[in-house]
Amino acid sequence: MTEARPVVEGANHTVAAADGYEPVIGLEIHVQLSTRTKMFCGCEIRFGERPNTHTCPVCLGLPGALPVVNERAVIFAAMIGLAFGSDVARRSLFHRKNYFYPDSPKGYQISQYDEPLCRGGRLGDVRIHRVHLEEDAAKLEHISASGRIHGSERSVVDFNRCGTPLVEIVTEPDLRTPEQAREWLTLLRATLRALGVSDVDMSQGSLRVDANVSVRRAGSRELGTKTELKNMNSFRFLERGLRAEIDRQLGVVRAGLTVEQETLHFDPASGRLTTLRSKEEAHDYRYFPEPDLMPLEVGDELLQAARSAIPELPAQRAARFEHDLGLSAGRARELAFRGELGDYFERVVAAADAAPAPELANWIPLLVERIGSDTDPAGSRVAPEGLAALAAMVSRRELSRDAARTVLSRMVEIGGDPSSLAEREGLLALPGGDGQLAELVERAIAQDPGAAEQVRANNMKAIGPLVGYVMRETKGRADGGEVRRLILERLAPH
Amino acid sequence: MTAALVQLTAAQAGARVRARELDPRELFEAYRQRAATDELNAFTWVAEAPAAAGPSPADAPLGGVPVAVKDLFCTEGVPSQAGSRILEGYRPPYSATVVERLTRAGAPLLGKTNQDEFAMGSSTENSGFGPARNPWDRARVPGGSSGGSAAAVAAGLAPWAIGTDTGGSIRQPAALCGVVGFKPTYGACSRYGMIAFASSLDQAGPLTRDVTDAALLFGQMVGRDPRDSTSLKFPEPVRLPHADSLRGFRLGIPEELTGTEGGVEPGVRDAFDRSLELAEKLGAAIEPCRLPHAPHALSAYYLIAPAEASANLARFDGVRYGLRVDGEADLLTMYSRTRAAGFGLEVKRRIMLGTYALSSGYYEAYYGTAQKVRTRIAQDLHAVFERFDLIATPTSPWTAFELGAKLGDPLQMYLNDFCTVPMSLAGIPAISIPCGLSDGLPVGFQLAGPAFSENRLFEAAFALERAIGYDGSPARG
Amino acid sequence: MLDRDQVLHVARLARLELSGEELERMASELSHVLDHIEKISELDLSDVPPTSHVVDAATPLRRDEPEPCLPREVVLAGAPEPVGDGFGVPSPGAAPA
Ligand SMILES: [Mg+2]
Ligand SMILES: [Zn+2]
Repeated sequence: MTEARPVVEGANHTVAAADGYEPVIGLEIHVQLSTRTKMFCGCEIRFGERPNTHTCPVCLGLPGALPVVNERAVIFAAMIGLAFGSDVARRSLFHRKNYFYPDSPKGYQISQYDEPLCRGGRLGDVRIHRVHLEEDAAKLEHISASGRIHGSERSVVDFNRCGTPLVEIVTEPDLRTPEQAREWLTLLRATLRALGVSDVDMSQGSLRVDANVSVRRAGSRELGTKTELKNMNSFRFLERGLRAEIDRQLGVVRAGLTVEQETLHFDPASGRLTTLRSKEEAHDYRYFPEPDLMPLEVGDELLQAARSAIPELPAQRAARFEHDLGLSAGRARELAFRGELGDYFERVVAAADAAPAPELANWIPLLVERIGSDTDPAGSRVAPEGLAALAAMVSRRELSRDAARTVLSRMVEIGGDPSSLAEREGLLALPGGDGQLAELVERAIAQDPGAAEQVRANNMKAIGPLVGYVMRETKGRADGGEVRRLILERLAPH
Repeated sequence: MTAALVQLTAAQAGARVRARELDPRELFEAYRQRAATDELNAFTWVAEAPAAAGPSPADAPLGGVPVAVKDLFCTEGVPSQAGSRILEGYRPPYSATVVERLTRAGAPLLGKTNQDEFAMGSSTENSGFGPARNPWDRARVPGGSSGGSAAAVAAGLAPWAIGTDTGGSIRQPAALCGVVGFKPTYGACSRYGMIAFASSLDQAGPLTRDVTDAALLFGQMVGRDPRDSTSLKFPEPVRLPHADSLRGFRLGIPEELTGTEGGVEPGVRDAFDRSLELAEKLGAAIEPCRLPHAPHALSAYYLIAPAEASANLARFDGVRYGLRVDGEADLLTMYSRTRAAGFGLEVKRRIMLGTYALSSGYYEAYYGTAQKVRTRIAQDLHAVFERFDLIATPTSPWTAFELGAKLGDPLQMYLNDFCTVPMSLAGIPAISIPCGLSDGLPVGFQLAGPAFSENRLFEAAFALERAIGYDGSPARG
Repeated sequence: MLDRDQVLHVARLARLELSGEELERMASELSHVLDHIEKISELDLSDVPPTSHVVDAATPLRRDEPEPCLPREVVLAGAPEPVGDGFGVPSPGAAPA
């Protein structure tokens, strides 16, 4: 699905190809699960509330408190694994990952290590290495040190987020370009959204992406030394961060130097990469089996519950749009990878009687363009029935394409059905057969005989000004195709 | 009157309250006064009055008999410091499940008892609040880590108490103070609200004057807790023991844990042997048996427990509660100085040992190997229990030692747990009962059985207790 | 055997500041204990599975239903440095004072 395509911008990559180097990218994605309560305690998950109002002894790491696994989090994680076709382990283990940081109340994170819940599988072209369950950290807010003469800068910890269930998804290093990474993430996000297991909102931090990046000689099977790029919080930053790091590494190897293993942070404002940790400073997490939790067993019942909760997934939907409805592969992905567009499109198809699905599909991007790319069309003033009716009017030649676009804009603004809108605004097409169009064609030829002559001489480029004249005269209500047909009929050498 | 009251066992006192022959307030006050004037440093906090929340004592199974609780159990609004300066004055917002259960069963909280810091120690000398003393000889230690609980019960400052046992921390102080100490099957009692030392080993249990009290108190502590994922449903009701013989009991004596090569003192061995003779007279079939890996149990234990502790104690970081030192410095300095100032030497030693055992490059050699030894020890015990109902050993290789005697040498101190650690590693129940004196100091006799054999264990210990006829009352004068 | 540098490294991992004297003492004591403990490495433990939990059972699962949380005042009651609604700490990454 995501075959590597030439990069449009970023000339370095073309140079890289000439140099014979290729980038290798693997992703590690943390996904907040949308359960009601936290991973190991009964605190309700609420964001944007007063700090430290959704906590208990467990998620505050008070002395003596113990974790208990949230069943729904396990079901959600199993659903993700099943969606990837991973092996869902009947028995997996929780480990403690030890590190000191103010956002980690116990001094360790309960995570999974060498016996994760899911292994293997794939999404699109990218193989999945593993999927495991863990808990989120608290939120640290930096406050200004103004007023403090002595002492260090302060931060404030809010534990409301602490303990939110997370799924960590680790891919194999199968990605080759930043664009590919971005498109694959779009598929992942759509898949998780379709599963209903997460809000997958990068700006809210419910989807967080780290990338492992290396470069190597094209065709080589060995992997170069990788660096880790931390926490890129939007699709755009991910793409830019990856590009910056790939460029940096290419610069290093071209200079005959070697890439050092390190952890980097990409600052989108400056476009600069800064080192967070060198190899020497790498953490020693001292993983060991979490003694407070017995092994996690996934029984038939739970697995069945997970399996039956899986709806049609974006990749399957894209294939169905392409093969059953005849959409182009690109349009099919465009609609299927944004679930709300796919849903809306299917409602338009259901409402339409005559217009073919590919024709209907073409109207969705036009609608998105008008309502804004972040808006769900289902929430707009344009009902699916209205869009179907609009498309039908065009295919019945009651409305020109240009006029239909104007009608669509009006529908977005004020709602209503397209035929009365078109009539009220005087946009209905001029039927070709009643002589009015034929007369305009005559006038067009008469006022630009030069163009007419060239068309007669088979220079088809010259037809533009003639069609343009008629369209102008009819304020776009004429059907461009019909006008063209009439001009050619009139000027054709008999 | 007060002196007479405190001579009663908890079961006797509770029965009188339930028969409405004894005013529970009078009982509470008698103990409260004794606890408040404690000269053994057995208590770190004593209640003013029974908490208002409890049930009517006369209708409750434990009859209003107050209970002393080891400091490391969280008690809502009441200091819970686990013997550590890093938690000085800490009052948790919730109570441990076990404490809640006892309160509901009619055993109000009498006070919190002294202990080795975070239960790391065998003498209660590692307390951040000064050492507790042995009522038999105040120049000697009460054992540990539940030394405050053992001393309080032995001295009649409390009718009964609860403690925790990770590698012997209930049984060993019970032995050194001449009381009964019982470590249940791992998972029988909830660990929720117990400030963790080594999570895969820690168990709560009773310290009491006799076996009946132990069974009575345990019966109200036991049970699956939805807040502790490692707690289990106890498979049968806990019964009060009444056996007067040991007929039908096959008793194995593991050579590795009873011989003098394990460091068992001759006086201890004598008292142990005399009790074995009594057991035989009561009808038990006694035979030697082997636990080939038991001599390695201490090594495995002193890797596994510190490793888990190193993580469990990471939460004491000066951010949310407890001590903070140098908060104006940078984060790393604040962390390191807070922990350096708040933890005592033994805790630091074990954190260091555990951190090292888990660190990159050493995990397999230390922690991984220790876990395999643990498997072997459990297998050894499993094999023994195919031939025997119970095994018996001395509880501690020696009697109460003088304060300071073993502080200079950690290894010597660790040998205290020689006979108790194998049961902890295997998660099986074990009880220590007093079996006489050696040079005027109490000796403990340990019985252990397979997982969930508690009722059998109580029966055997009860019959033997009767036959031994030990009376610890001199220490309660 | 643990040398001084290893002890320093472990102390840093464990966030424990040790004085020079403590460092020496810790190095010798830990070495002494480890010398004894290391005897287990002589055992033949091939094919022996590790035991991390003595109980052979699956972890129980909790229904995803909310339980009451602690009041904020209670949560912050023991905080060494309450700042507004949260816990104040030295900023990670801030330069040493
Ligand atoms: Mg993670
Ligand atoms: Zn919570």
